Amino acid sequence: MAEVTTDDGGETPTEGIQIDMISADRMDGLRTMEKIRLILDGVHDDNIVILESGLQPEEESKLIERTMTEINPDGDGFTGIEIESYPGGSGGDNGFLGRLMGNDEPNTLTVIGPADRIETLHKDETLISTLVTRQ
Amino acid sequence: MGILTDLRSSISRATSSLFTGGEPKRIGIYGPPNAGKTTLANRIARDWTGDAVGPESHVPHETRRARRKENVEIKRNGKSVTIDVVDTPGVTTKVDYKEFLEHDIEKEDAVRRSREATEGVAEAMHWLREDVDGVIYVLDATEDPFTQVNTMLVGIIESQDLPVLIFANKIDLDEASVQRVSNAFPQHETVPLSALEGDNMDEVYDKIAEYFG
Ligand SMILES: Nc1nc2c(ncn2[C@@H]2O[C@H](COP(=O)(O)OP(=O)(O)OP(=O)(O)O)[C@@H](O)[C@H]2O)c(=O)[nH]1
Ligand SMILES: [Mg+2]
Repeated sequence: MAEVTTDDGGETPTEGIQIDMISADRMDGLRTMEKIRLILDGVHDDNIVILESGLQPEEESKLIERTMTEINPDGDGFTGIEIESYPGGSGGDNGFLGRLMGNDEPNTLTVIGPADRIETLHKDETLISTLVTRQ
Repeated sequence: MGILTDLRSSISRATSSLFTGGEPKRIGIYGPPNAGKTTLANRIARDWTGDAVGPESHVPHETRRARRKENVEIKRNGKSVTIDVVDTPGVTTKVDYKEFLEHDIEKEDAVRRSREATEGVAEAMHWLREDVDGVIYVLDATEDPFTQVNTMLVGIIESQDLPVLIFANKIDLDEASVQRVSNAFPQHETVPLSALEGDNMDEVYDKIAEYFG
């Protein structure tokens, strides 16, 4: 395969940035690998994927593992993912209080994008600010 | 293939420990790239067995394969605990071979390193789900601990109900802030240390014995 370092210009228009917002309902009906595929297929297409409800730790672990196996240096230019979610810091008050109250819901809103296109500018408990670049 | 062998060995381990009443606990040293995991693993191994685990480097992703040091016997207050120390590649969600070029590494080598690094991280994640009995999570105390990778990893470790210690490393550096690390993970015990200088290693071994003994 030829080395491609810039946007492929294929089926995705290079003019804009596509954002996929996936509802908790939609995710609930999927198996772990189906969720991961949905996310990574979106990211491979250079989309920003926003999950209404985040992943379980086990799913995050598999997402990292899967992401690693799909990075192909010298290949299609995929360098991995950037991911941010609320509430910030598992050790933050939210996480701890959440656990005290028997709430083992995963992080809520989660933003995932291609590592080379998305950069977190600022993050705290109430705000995630990201910069998305076009190529 | 590696996965299959791992699986087989973990099954045989599970069955053999049923009969012998337990083997050394496998303690995984996890954390982001460059935190000082290998430096720590080497120090522990040198202090108690006399030899090292693997090379340390300022270049991230120096460790690209999990490396094990078996039967490390740590003596504390007349008791002794024996652990297997597993040094793992720094966990990340992205690897760009171009970053290696900044460390004066040729492209071909950089590509190979990236490939090994991604395989190593995938393997480390797999190990974490199947093959470790406890975790030392190493952070560079001069850096912001509130990263998504740290949050996810500690969350994954918690979900497995593994005993975990947070190590705030590099306290020999002026910019180190142990407080910032313990604020980030108040639900866990934070142990300050300098793996490089050997500072506070007594407490390190006390805690290892207490948590993983
Ligand atoms: N000042 C200082 N430097 C340290 C300390 N521990 C490790 N380092 C340095 O940090 C760099 C990275 O150390 P490693 O032990 O290779 O880090 P690692 O976490 O194994 O890194 P990867 O294998 O790439 O994930 C090296 O240059 C070490 O000398 C410490 O306690 N103090
Ligand atoms: Mg290392």
